[in-house]
Amino acid sequence: MADAEIIPIGTRGQPGRGTGKRPSAAARGLAPKGSTPPRKAPAKKPAPAEQGAADQERPAVEDAPVVASPSLLDPPSDVPVAGPAATSGTRAEERGAGPLAGIPVGDWLAAFQHASKELFGEQWEPQLARFLAFLRRRVTGDYTVDEYGFDAEVTERFFMAALRPVAQKWFRIEVRGVENIPAEGGALVVSNHSGTIPVDGLMTMVSIHDHTGRFLRPLGADLVFRLPVVGAVARKGGATLACSEDAERMLRGGELVGVWPEGFKGIGKPFSERYKLQRFGRGGFVSAALRTGVPIVPLSVVGAEEIYPLVGNIPSLARLLGVPYIPITPLFPLLGPLGLVPLPSKWLLEFGEPIRTDEYDDGAADDPMLVFNVTDQVRETIQQTLYSLLMQRESVFR
Amino acid sequence: MGAGRTVLVTGVSRDLGRTLARTLATDPGIDRVVGVDVVPPRGDLGDVTFVRADIRNPIIAKVIAKEDVDTVVHMSVIATPGSAGARGTMKELNVIGTMQLLAACQKAEGLRTLVVKSSTTAYGASSRDPAMFTEDMQPRRPARTGYAKDVAEVEQYVRGFARRRPDVTTTLLRCANVIGPRVESPLASYFRLPVIPTVLGFDPRLQFLHETDLNRVLRHAVREDVGGTFNVAGDGLLMLSQALRRADRPNIAVPGVAFGGLGSVLKSVRRADLSPELVAFLTYGRGVDTTRMRNELGFEPHYTTASAFAEFAASLPPGSRRTERLLGSLAERLPAVEDDRPTQLALAGGTDG
Repeated sequence: MADAEIIPIGTRGQPGRGTGKRPSAAARGLAPKGSTPPRKAPAKKPAPAEQGAADQERPAVEDAPVVASPSLLDPPSDVPVAGPAATSGTRAEERGAGPLAGIPVGDWLAAFQHASKELFGEQWEPQLARFLAFLRRRVTGDYTVDEYGFDAEVTERFFMAALRPVAQKWFRIEVRGVENIPAEGGALVVSNHSGTIPVDGLMTMVSIHDHTGRFLRPLGADLVFRLPVVGAVARKGGATLACSEDAERMLRGGELVGVWPEGFKGIGKPFSERYKLQRFGRGGFVSAALRTGVPIVPLSVVGAEEIYPLVGNIPSLARLLGVPYIPITPLFPLLGPLGLVPLPSKWLLEFGEPIRTDEYDDGAADDPMLVFNVTDQVRETIQQTLYSLLMQRESVFR
Repeated sequence: MGAGRTVLVTGVSRDLGRTLARTLATDPGIDRVVGVDVVPPRGDLGDVTFVRADIRNPIIAKVIAKEDVDTVVHMSVIATPGSAGARGTMKELNVIGTMQLLAACQKAEGLRTLVVKSSTTAYGASSRDPAMFTEDMQPRRPARTGYAKDVAEVEQYVRGFARRRPDVTTTLLRCANVIGPRVESPLASYFRLPVIPTVLGFDPRLQFLHETDLNRVLRHAVREDVGGTFNVAGDGLLMLSQALRRADRPNIAVPGVAFGGLGSVLKSVRRADLSPELVAFLTYGRGVDTTRMRNELGFEPHYTTASAFAEFAASLPPGSRRTERLLGSLAERLPAVEDDRPTQLALAGGTDG
């Protein structure tokens, strides 16, 4: 202890230790003996009055940021504004009877402005107006979806915004070879599939969108569209069923289509077989690309295998529920919902050089040998890239 | 085709058929319009000659021969058993009626054109459906019951007829769900419910055809003489959630397993008829490709899906729109911003990783 430090004795004039409601023992000792019981009663008396005052003041402090939004409803009734004054007027009257009547409108407005500034920065007015316009469009249904049910606005402002921190902060995704994705026109991104839950698809969507500004339109298994909520969200996010009709329609429409030909064999493979590509379906994606003449962009994803290391399966329960597998990971059923948090592995995404398909002649898609050859070429490219990325990776989590 | 045509329209007792018969009668290229149904039409038929006949028995052949009909418009494939009685009667009307009518048509020497109004229900609705059905596609799961099966069987008979009478121009119009202020259909009565049940976790894509566009496309098919099968629907799609927001209807999400049971309750109180094919449609939705309608049939609907639904929604009792008003009064206090949809998309799509 430094010598100049003065440690005061006592409580610096405050009521002493403890709750602060009762005077400390020392303070009580100072008081005259006989007056202690009567003092208690008067001391209690002012308390309700104080509490009443506090009741009136406390909401002003505590509630202001929480119920800031309805506050703006009130001002229009007091401030003359052209608009639905009648409705807001009646509302203000209804409100007038409430417990919040004592707070002046100016305070509400100031609190609201402060909150907006905190939330949207200095340019809060146009920002907030834009946000309100967005909310209004959502509430009134004034937006458009394309023929697959893709809702670009909500994908952009909501899904992508929610997934972006996961991609950047949790998995620290490093993207290579973005220049291989064509800036416009149809293209087919073919990727390896892993990770028990198709998180890799979501992360690929976010990464492609952030690097090229294009939306990846994933092709999903029919299980996805059979499940409630999942199917509806998938369609809103731009996915459609993995069938040749939809794939060709999207590619002809100039979309960037994503496909994971390993399917459930890929995401549901045990951890011991990580980074070993499974069979690439029946090559349907190659036929679709050949028919539409779009380039195939191979994508290798490293890191997704480690997010949920699949060590077991409950086939009987899976059969019962009609799903391909019930995953058991070192954490999943053991820790309950906490086991659903993916391990923070480091991800590398490498887009390979596009494989052109427009040089083949017209009947190429009906030549099974050619389709198999192109399928193998894509598969080999992805497998080789996976090996080289694994060599470059320092460790799973770094 | 010049003047002197005689058109026979079946199913004129119902609104859509009656309106079609009346508008056909005013067409200068058409001399006579004969309307056929088992019950007399409720409204005014104008210049249409009404013949009370049942298409389920061979009398219809005599009508065709006697009136010297050269064009038949078959509109009496019904989706609701409602007025006709039970499901058995409905099937009888749809399937046996079509069989008899086509048999009569095959015998009619003077017949030149057959137009059949079918429905996109022929494609079914399931989780394995492609996003947009073209005319060549088959339903993923063949319908086993109800209206969908009727439609499939009717279409099969029509295809058989087209094979046997190649000299007759056969036009099969697969129309999306018809909607409009005056339409009475299972889907329209569903949207007229005070609280609309939806299937929890599913948001189907819907396509609509406005009633006047249905009328127009049938007249177009009678006039233009283009054979084949065509999907007919308004442009664009609406999600069910979006449609409900636009119409501002209160809705409640019901788990899929309970939805069917709810349907039978609604049916017993005669509020709506949630048949299995409508439940499937409200779960998975359906979209049809209308490229052929545009390019080969040469028909352009006036209404888009959205505007057809908007007109229908305007006929519903207005909702409160409380949230919208609140947001609106908030927005009024802020400076006006330009409609920022494209710029916002561009702004947020930055290139930093």
